[in-house]
Amino acid sequence: MELTLPIPNLRAIMPELVMTFWACLVLVVDVLISKERKTWVGYLALVGTLVTMAFTLPLLGTRTSTFSNMFLVDGVALFFKFIFLLATALVILVSLRYLDIEGVNLGEYYAMILFATLGMMIMAAGNELITIYLSLELMVISTYVLCGFIRRDRRSTEAAVKYFLLGIFTSAILLYGMALLYGLTGTTNLTEIGRALQAKNLGANPALLLAMIFLAAGLGFKVAAVPFHMYVPDVYEGSPTPIAAFISVGPKAAGFAVLARLFLVSLPAIRPQWGTLLWVLCVMTMTLGNLVAMKQSNIKRMLAYSSIAHAGYVLIGLVVANEIGLASVVLYMFVYAFMNIGAFSMVILMCKRGDRGERIEDFRGLARSHPWAAIAFLVFFLSLAGIPPTGGFIGKFYLFSAAIQANYVWLAVIGVANSALSVYYYFRVTMLMYMSDPSGEIRLTLSPSLVFALAVMVIGTLAIGLYPSPLIAAARASMAPIFGP
Amino acid sequence: MIEWVWLIPALPAAGVIINGLLGNRYIKERAHYVGVGSTALSLLVALFVIGAAIKNPGPHNVRLFDWVVAGSLHVDVAFLVDPLSAVMLFVVCGVGFLVHVYSIGYMRGDPGYPRFFTWLNLFMFSMLLLILGNNYLLMFVGWEGVGLCSYLLIGYWFERKSASDAANKAFIVNRIGDAGFLLGIFLIFKTFGSLAYAQVFAAAPGALSTGVATAIGIALFIGAVGKSAQLPLYVWLPDAMEGPTPVSALIHAATMVTAGVYMVARSAVIYNLAPDALLVVAVVGALTAIFAASIGLVQNDIKRVLAYSTVSQLGYMFLALGVGAYISGIFHLMTHAFFKGLLFLGSGSVIHAMSGEQDMRRMGALRKHIPITAITFYIGALAISGIPPFAGFWSKDEILAEAFKSGHYVLWIIGVATALMTAFYMFRLIYLTFYGASRVAEHAAHHLHESPPSMTAPLVILAGLSIIGGAIPGFPPEKGMFHAFLSQVPGMAPAGGGHAGLVGTALAAQEGAQAAHELSSAMHWFLILLSVAVAVAGWALAKHFYVRRPHLPERLARRFGGLYRLLLNKYWVDEIYDAVIVNPCKRFATFLWNFDAWVIDGIVNATSRLTVLNADFSAFFDRYTVDGAVNGLASVLQGWAGVFRRLQTGFVQNYALAMLLGIFAIVSLYLFV
Repeated sequence: MELTLPIPNLRAIMPELVMTFWACLVLVVDVLISKERKTWVGYLALVGTLVTMAFTLPLLGTRTSTFSNMFLVDGVALFFKFIFLLATALVILVSLRYLDIEGVNLGEYYAMILFATLGMMIMAAGNELITIYLSLELMVISTYVLCGFIRRDRRSTEAAVKYFLLGIFTSAILLYGMALLYGLTGTTNLTEIGRALQAKNLGANPALLLAMIFLAAGLGFKVAAVPFHMYVPDVYEGSPTPIAAFISVGPKAAGFAVLARLFLVSLPAIRPQWGTLLWVLCVMTMTLGNLVAMKQSNIKRMLAYSSIAHAGYVLIGLVVANEIGLASVVLYMFVYAFMNIGAFSMVILMCKRGDRGERIEDFRGLARSHPWAAIAFLVFFLSLAGIPPTGGFIGKFYLFSAAIQANYVWLAVIGVANSALSVYYYFRVTMLMYMSDPSGEIRLTLSPSLVFALAVMVIGTLAIGLYPSPLIAAARASMAPIFGP
Repeated sequence: MIEWVWLIPALPAAGVIINGLLGNRYIKERAHYVGVGSTALSLLVALFVIGAAIKNPGPHNVRLFDWVVAGSLHVDVAFLVDPLSAVMLFVVCGVGFLVHVYSIGYMRGDPGYPRFFTWLNLFMFSMLLLILGNNYLLMFVGWEGVGLCSYLLIGYWFERKSASDAANKAFIVNRIGDAGFLLGIFLIFKTFGSLAYAQVFAAAPGALSTGVATAIGIALFIGAVGKSAQLPLYVWLPDAMEGPTPVSALIHAATMVTAGVYMVARSAVIYNLAPDALLVVAVVGALTAIFAASIGLVQNDIKRVLAYSTVSQLGYMFLALGVGAYISGIFHLMTHAFFKGLLFLGSGSVIHAMSGEQDMRRMGALRKHIPITAITFYIGALAISGIPPFAGFWSKDEILAEAFKSGHYVLWIIGVATALMTAFYMFRLIYLTFYGASRVAEHAAHHLHESPPSMTAPLVILAGLSIIGGAIPGFPPEKGMFHAFLSQVPGMAPAGGGHAGLVGTALAAQEGAQAAHELSSAMHWFLILLSVAVAVAGWALAKHFYVRRPHLPERLARRFGGLYRLLLNKYWVDEIYDAVIVNPCKRFATFLWNFDAWVIDGIVNATSRLTVLNADFSAFFDRYTVDGAVNGLASVLQGWAGVFRRLQTGFVQNYALAMLLGIFAIVSLYLFV
């Protein structure tokens, strides 16, 4: 008897294959390179993300699936992949010098980042519960390691262990939700689950609701939604700063990708129920994040709460959950990658050997001594606060107007009020930079790669604000396969 | 000519880039060549554009490029030239240029000279974007831009903590208003599917129900309340006087704070469909007018008097808009820009002469030392008080007449009372500063000197405009060329003037009502005489109080101590806001933070103690029972124990607990509610 194995469509999964290969390559090369030259490994990893990006480009506009429909290539997945790759490239650029300063210039750092990115990419493309879960674990396990990368620093180790313990805890919850879903429908394929639930017409079945809540909780942890946000400030504060930037963007975006796909594709039958749930999470997340951020004196903690608040804004798009709503989610995550990694990079700029430069006070009088750095920070803050002409304004404008158009007027009002509130803490730092004299000499850790990354992020943030049309068009086009004709 | 309109904002923008990049290192004390030069060129182009707009009122849309194009949302970067933006262009470029010139003298020798001109130019750019944009989104961009510049310039002398506090206050209070504006924009987009004025106003009469129009009107007005410092958000403007005086003149008197007035007037078509929103505008305006004027009566800081006066005059403008007299409101905006710009620059000249002193109780008899400042200041005071034929008379008289005609007699009486107070506090200021006995401190008296020509020339020009800037465009009242020019803007045509058909039924009904209120010429003359009489009365009262019987004010202040303190302390509004809004907010934030940081830890602090005890015990055990061979291992363990002790303080368990509680709460919500 002849066994015929179906040959999966490898073209669709090419970027992931390249990324896997490159991550392994980085690991191998790391062994061969002498300790002083580890920066080369970083550059190699950077090239890897660019090559992967190049392999992703030809897929644009296609819509296929492979591995018996477990893996999808569609607009949403591709858009998210670009966000991940962009974030990864930026994080690698800002890490190069930082690792030297912290004295942990080890090559596996970059391999771990690449593996985490690989996990995210598969998450965004996964159309099947097990695939999603496995790729999610690939992502988080890599980030656990990265959080604890500065082994001699207790705070870093502590952050890693905390992240790890809470992460596996929520993974279990997520897995339980998936199991319930499987139990109810007998399939793990998202599309099939959606069909089965529609056919069975379960309505507000308690088991289904429980599954929905567990999924929301498990993914809410990844996107840092309240009340699953508790780990965020501690972990961001303790982790190496580039990693804080990385997990504030990458896993968050990946969480949103999965959340959107799961709820929209598998659970349309209980749309009102999860709409309400996300509404509540959204409002709590925005408000708590912004309020608590006002009280922080450590800039990484402040940015942590700010990133919680931003998760709240993005949730608006998921509550709306129509074409414009989801387009605004991917649009916002794209802008957010620039502005948030940018803001964290400013902290890296302040760090010196033995001083992580995390106190908000450290920025006192920066505009006097380093006007360019102050302008960069101002741009990121304006963008985070949603003030034109920055990308953050366009992103928020799109989110809020999506809410208004879908008649979620109160959600928009709360969102707008929250973004007004957020100005308070962003401008506390701005005021220190622009309206006080330096208390001592400020020395910045400038390296060509960091300056280059900052320039890219500043220009990106401004360019999206000044000329957002292409990006908006791309975001909407990416949604077309889901909502389109 | 009109297609060159983009040069008007582009020139100051170029100034920003040049001064911003090269100012500190290369240009330094020559920064005004760039700053003033770019504004002068910008004014030149603006004058040509205004000339073209007078010949052909348009509206002309000059499209530069697509800005946000996505599905149903299409926003261009495009400029609109019509009579309304032409008037604003004249005010902004004209006063802006004069203030730039004035700053050469006023800011000379300041270490941040290039920085000052960079930000002033940035302000010009944003303000021009605000008034020239042909859609709400572009207006909003300019709106936020001027807010940012205002913030930077109020805090320009940040060495003073009061200055940086004032800057922060201005920005944050304004953000409350901006939130309203943004919601208004969303509502407009949701209703019309467009943000361009032309489309929105063309569709409005058919597409807009009264309810939605009212919602949009109120939301936009919240924005205006913030930016134009009306009740209850006016608190930032008096504090904004911490900025350099040219900034107060340009941003916090003549231009930026009038952006709210411009925005409401621009949206006239929408407001015409929302009588309730208009009533809100009128009432808030009138209340602000009298409220701020009453505070101005007793202030001793020369700039603060002017600041409260500005708030009060802005209230007048909103009163005009609220009774549907959009053109009169814009007319007052223009004349106010002339005389209030003049008064602020004049006060700057006084402060300059007095080596920084701002307290009028330490001035007096200054007219001999700074004659040009004194004379021009006098002209400004006559203009703001509404003495004919100075500029303020024409616009203020129109507003009062319109308020009377609208039938809101209470608002009219408030307006008249405010006029009395205005004349009083202005001449109080004049007499305290320029007349009477000198109370100047010795060291300041030494330096008394008239300001350099770069400062007096703008004063003289603005004084000229304060004399003729009302009569020429505004005569005869309500039929002058200013009215003829502006009535070509949709929605702004004088109510009752036979422009029905432009707007919907709501206005038609209003017009019917107004026709009944059409005034006889005898009534008109009575109103004019009354407003003049009121102004003269205020003037005479001030003279009586501060020249003839200088001890009277003190006696009155003693007799009516409670009222005096109430006014002097500005009704304690700042304190009330602190107690009712700011502090509770901070406390709530602290509470949430504590909840995040402490409460949860606290719950299991006991657990952590136990863990510590346990660790200590094992350390003890290690030290005394295990011998040297295992000592190495022990110390490693101990090290780890240290790490774990930190980790196992219950934090993680508590976080997990919080998450679980969250899940339980949500589950129970679904299962049991």
